[in-house]
Amino acid sequence: MEFVFQNILNALQWGSFYALIALGYTLVYGVLLLINFAHGDIFMVGAYIAYFVATLFLATVGLSPSATLTLAVPLTMILTACVGVTLERVAYRPLRRKGAHRLYVVITALMCGLILENGNLALLGASRKNFPELLEKTVYNFMGLSVTNLKVVVIFTAIAVFLLLQFIVTRTKIGMAMRGIAWDKFAIPLMGIPVDTIIVFTFVLGSGMAGLAGLLFAMSYPVLEPYMGALIGWKAFIAAVVGGIGDIRGAFVGGFLLAFLEIGVAAVFPSTLRDLIAFTVLLLIMWRKPTGIFGVAKHQKI
Amino acid sequence: MKIFGRLSLLALALVLGALFLAGCSKESDTIKIGFDIPLTGDIPKVGEASKFAAEMLKEDINSKGGLEVGGKKYKLQFIYQDNESKADSAVNAALKLIEQDGVVAIVGPNSSKQAVPAGGICNERETPMISPWSTNPDTTKGRPWVFRAAFLDPFQGPVAVNFSAKQFGAKTAAVIFDIANDYSKGLADIFKAEWEKKMGAGSVVAFESHGTKDQDFSAQLTKILGAKPDFIFIPDNYNQVALIVKQAHDLGWKGPFMGSDAWGSAELMTLCGKDCVGQFFSTHYAAAGAQGDTKVFIDRYNQKYGYIPDDVAALTWDATRIVLQGIQDAGKVVADVKAERKLIRDAMANIKEFKGITGSMKFDAEGDPIKCAVVVRISEDGQFVFAESVCP
Repeated sequence: MEFVFQNILNALQWGSFYALIALGYTLVYGVLLLINFAHGDIFMVGAYIAYFVATLFLATVGLSPSATLTLAVPLTMILTACVGVTLERVAYRPLRRKGAHRLYVVITALMCGLILENGNLALLGASRKNFPELLEKTVYNFMGLSVTNLKVVVIFTAIAVFLLLQFIVTRTKIGMAMRGIAWDKFAIPLMGIPVDTIIVFTFVLGSGMAGLAGLLFAMSYPVLEPYMGALIGWKAFIAAVVGGIGDIRGAFVGGFLLAFLEIGVAAVFPSTLRDLIAFTVLLLIMWRKPTGIFGVAKHQKI
Repeated sequence: MKIFGRLSLLALALVLGALFLAGCSKESDTIKIGFDIPLTGDIPKVGEASKFAAEMLKEDINSKGGLEVGGKKYKLQFIYQDNESKADSAVNAALKLIEQDGVVAIVGPNSSKQAVPAGGICNERETPMISPWSTNPDTTKGRPWVFRAAFLDPFQGPVAVNFSAKQFGAKTAAVIFDIANDYSKGLADIFKAEWEKKMGAGSVVAFESHGTKDQDFSAQLTKILGAKPDFIFIPDNYNQVALIVKQAHDLGWKGPFMGSDAWGSAELMTLCGKDCVGQFFSTHYAAAGAQGDTKVFIDRYNQKYGYIPDDVAALTWDATRIVLQGIQDAGKVVADVKAERKLIRDAMANIKEFKGITGSMKFDAEGDPIKCAVVVRISEDGQFVFAESVCP
């Protein structure tokens, strides 16, 4: 039994990261119907920003780890949001203005991701960065289970972010505007809704959450490298699609579903089979419900 | 006009031909050696250490006027190709060095994952290659053109088995390894076979694999901890070691770890920190407490680059010197690259004993050195301190 519960805890932590990243994919898709493939790399940039903020306050300014963490959370989120918004301004908006087909925007997103990765490689070198410890690690043991305080923080943050975003999208005016743009982007400006502002707001939300995920990820797995966002970004994207891309609940459920599958398979079968079995199960889900668990069929998807 | 056109064409052909001939028959007094090393990718510190050690050696020799072969001095030229720590890039780098740069020998690649495929290419193209760090038997097996400076995993595996059985008083072991890495997989298999031979069937209570890009190992570690082994053997690269050790501690593991030579990077302790203190791993040399030539090398490297050289740096130094020894033993340098490569290979194969800074080595028929291994302990201040030496 312990074995099962321990793995549930493991999966909850790992799933929190998938969910936090998948939320970013789903938000942008929900508004622009654009798959922002650079999102995994925005997450990586978030982790690096967190690293620089943390080392700046810890080593240069000389703050205590807890004070650094308090400052690092908002700063990382804001700075990463800036990166996301810059990307939107520089890469996506000009294409949208010219009325380019979504396919070209998706390719641009892919290229932006590669530019972020390789830009980081060129700028900081291939050497890995070690993230400083910001939270005094305590391992709680109860009934044969081990859980660190960090794990608890990660899981609760993911749940809180989900509730917040779900609230923003479904209960606020700006959320209604976001859903409106996805519905009909030609009619919405006629209603007097500033489309560009809403889109920027969407990128702020998505990238901010990627920054938060990057910070928490760097705290949990404190070895940073330029390619760290690529694979987890792809997997989170798949999780978002399985959950039903465009729906906040879908990203959340999809992220945890993928993590439970991965950890569950690795716990029972040889770990070599992990991705094979996990993605076969996801494929079966897609086969039954091509729009994902919470998705509704729309026309003109890519 | 027609005649003029033909004449000019002829002139052009003559000029081109002359250039071509000049390019071929130019009396060269430099010797080109290629390096196929991971300057980026998963283990950039390994590539950096190799490059630094090679640069130091090159400066030593070139500042004295060059390498003396048969009474004439030749300047050394080292060409560094990044293999990105990938198997396919290592093959491309080797091809580029052989075909385009026309090197007489290749040092590297370091990891078996790249050295095994690159060795095949070098053997096919009849270019001598020496891998400083690769410990997987397949790198040199049946390849007369491929050599190495490191001991082999069939030797390293038993060293780890015997040491941990004695040091930890262990009866059961668990292994976690990288399934996509020839080195890690090979060593894990050898360890498992050796441990079960010693302690009886089923004494390796957990045998778990992971992928190269994985960052979360909690499922595998939960399984390992559930099997309650006496210690965990991790034949993995230093970047993964840092994550695995930390996550095992997070899950409540308090027992010891045993590592292999891929732990021995200067970057291990910056990534792993206090979690790795007190752990043991088998390696090629111990920097702390070294003497003689080894100490001279360590001090000079430390002064020049600002950190204690890891085993890769020392092995690259030795490997490159073995190549240079081969060039000198050949007694002459011929202009034809292919013939020169053959001369060097034959001379390298004839080296019976070599005194390197990682210990003295004798070479067997496969081109593999017979040399001692050391086990080091990671001290409180992050140094790799000598614990035991095991000789074959």
